[in-house]
Amino acid sequence: MTKNVMIVGVGGQGSLLASKLLGYLLLTEGYDVKVSEVHGMSQRGGSVVTYVRFGEKVYSPIIDKGEADFIVSFEKLEAARYVEYLKTDGRIVVNTQEIDPMPVITGAAGYPEDLIEKLKALGVAVDALDCLSLAEEAGSAKAVNLVLMGRLSRYFDIPEEKWLMAIEKCVPAKFVDLNRKAFALGRDSE
Amino acid sequence: MKQLMLGNKAFARGLYEAGCCVASSYPGTPSTEVTEEAAKYDEIYCEWAPNEKVAMEVAFGASLAGKRSFCGMKHVGLNVAADPLYTCSYTGVNAGLVICVADDPGMHSSQNEQDSRHHAIASKVPMLEPADSAEAYEYVKKAYELSETFDTPVIIKMCTRVAHSQSIVEPGERVEPERKPYEKNIGKYVMMPGNAIRRHPVVEERMEKLTEYAETCDFNRVEMGGTKLGIITSSTSYQYAKEVFGDSASILKLGMVNPLPVKKILDFAAKVEKLVVIEELDPIIENHCRQLGLSVSGKDLLPITGEFSQSLLAQKLGVEPKEYKSLGEPLPARPPVMCAGCPHRGLFYTLAKNKVTVLGDIGCYTLGAVAPLSAMDMTLCMGASVSAIHGFNKAVGQESEGKTVAVIGDSTFMHSGMTGLANIAYNQSNSTVIILDNSITGMTGHQQNPTTGYNIKGDPAGKIDLEALCKAMGFARVVVVDPYDLAQCDKVLKEELAAPEPSVIISRRPCVLLKYVKHNAPLKVDTEKCIGCKSCMRLGCPAISIKDGKAAIDATLCVGCGVCEQLCRFDAL
Repeated sequence: MTKNVMIVGVGGQGSLLASKLLGYLLLTEGYDVKVSEVHGMSQRGGSVVTYVRFGEKVYSPIIDKGEADFIVSFEKLEAARYVEYLKTDGRIVVNTQEIDPMPVITGAAGYPEDLIEKLKALGVAVDALDCLSLAEEAGSAKAVNLVLMGRLSRYFDIPEEKWLMAIEKCVPAKFVDLNRKAFALGRDSE
Repeated sequence: MKQLMLGNKAFARGLYEAGCCVASSYPGTPSTEVTEEAAKYDEIYCEWAPNEKVAMEVAFGASLAGKRSFCGMKHVGLNVAADPLYTCSYTGVNAGLVICVADDPGMHSSQNEQDSRHHAIASKVPMLEPADSAEAYEYVKKAYELSETFDTPVIIKMCTRVAHSQSIVEPGERVEPERKPYEKNIGKYVMMPGNAIRRHPVVEERMEKLTEYAETCDFNRVEMGGTKLGIITSSTSYQYAKEVFGDSASILKLGMVNPLPVKKILDFAAKVEKLVVIEELDPIIENHCRQLGLSVSGKDLLPITGEFSQSLLAQKLGVEPKEYKSLGEPLPARPPVMCAGCPHRGLFYTLAKNKVTVLGDIGCYTLGAVAPLSAMDMTLCMGASVSAIHGFNKAVGQESEGKTVAVIGDSTFMHSGMTGLANIAYNQSNSTVIILDNSITGMTGHQQNPTTGYNIKGDPAGKIDLEALCKAMGFARVVVVDPYDLAQCDKVLKEELAAPEPSVIISRRPCVLLKYVKHNAPLKVDTEKCIGCKSCMRLGCPAISIKDGKAAIDATLCVGCGVCEQLCRFDAL
């Protein structure tokens, strides 16, 4: 049975490292894996999506509506934007950070209110966490990706050591400690 | 060892193992990483050429000299390289020549979604179409054999979902081929009419032989399953079809999409009750089936525009789609925007303020068209801004000359803006051309180009002096401005529009994302002084928003460029 993880966020937030880590980990666990990324124009501050699929045999590189077991979102509005991609019994792991999109900046639209509550009201599992603060606690605002991966790891049947080993393989040596700390904060905080 | 590899990286690995020696490309999403990854192998000489036509001619030259060669480009790049392609089909090759063309159905980062298979058909060149990274890797190696066996360039068509998806590849070792001796052969390589007329029948015979090859080659394979439904498909559509139908349908997967087999398709059709062709964009396989007299479905069920997906196939082909939950309220869109501190912003603000007509071009700066700046009137293709302003001004005359500009990036100018500029100089229109020189090819992810002074490996290289080039063409008025200096931009723009002769304005400042560019401390809003007039908001900077009626700056995004500061009349920034 193929499992699907969708990583969503705003271009420039570091979702490529998250998918690299996840892809590497799942490959070493012996799964067939496909990771689909977005390059080019939408990376410039636009809404970006990465698909990670794993299982015995994976065909399509993308995840479609109603298929994601997990949505890992770097930003609140983006979690809401892609909720239709979630399985009806899926789970959202979301950084509660708000980043205003251009229509909000220009005043053409407002940033929607109570998104976490609205998502919960749909009956899907929502794990909302202030990952930015935890990343800063770990030593860099850029470590939001590893805080989120730490949180996601709670829901995987893969021992923590394996995640930590994957971090060591995927991150430049000088950032390993920072990223492990961010991972631990995401995994262990309330 | 098994590795998770981007399709483009797997393609590069195939080039390496096949003994490719020379690679020349122009960057274009989604093809760029093939050449970037190839450049990591010291055994392959790699370069960024000024455009795809040059790249293909370089690769052809290397093939002629006897070394396996490569050039890569996006779908629209093949239009630029079509000229050498169509005739190189006549000359054939010496050592193997492989061309990568990456289509972009769904237009994730493109100005159109043309189907490159038309070029393969029209140029009579074989085209392979891998469906994942492992196939991309494998096909490249086989493509070189095919190229040398059939004496032809070979195109490998990628698409966004193959190029930018990672899947498992098990790499091997490089095989260093012997250099093929170069032998003078005027009849084969000098394509003047008398020779070309003898080469055309050779091309037609080659296509016949390739069609025979397509019947039995292992690029095209049948996967028999249930026989109620038979699917003919290729590329990523194959993956979607397998996802939806599994073994319940039979599949003919075509890895070679030009030329298409005949008998193989007829045999497959005979084994199934109903035949559907699943192909993105144009109905090329479908029309081929119809020509063979088959009754087949395709574009009657599936769209001719955009990308496919598993649920699109399910929905259109009568399979129950997955259930999902919806918030049921419209959410604000998040379109791509110029980065905070982008040097293009100040220039586009100046253009918007002066209400000029802006003939645009292809690059990050096409985002100048997005609200609130909305400072672009036209974007067509690489280089079109410089050629089109000449036509615009010739058509309208004085009325437009003083309020129309062309804007083009440094890399795009090198690609095909220079020839348009030559036309302005030669045929004399009073046009104002702005070169946005951010010292890099930005949109495709920071590739060097002939104006940056560095090559693909980041080593020092030749550097074309834009000012000297424009002057040499005969432009007396060549002015450099700093786009962070709004007053200077405004003054120079007004002067050059008013001038009675053509001019070039070079708006010069390196891309803010370049590693060597130092950022200033983020600006702070003095909330005592800010009256919430929103003047700074006219820049459309993602770092500025309005919170509680006053401007607010996102310190994680702001790079302290100071452009907004120049707009604040209350000294609040």
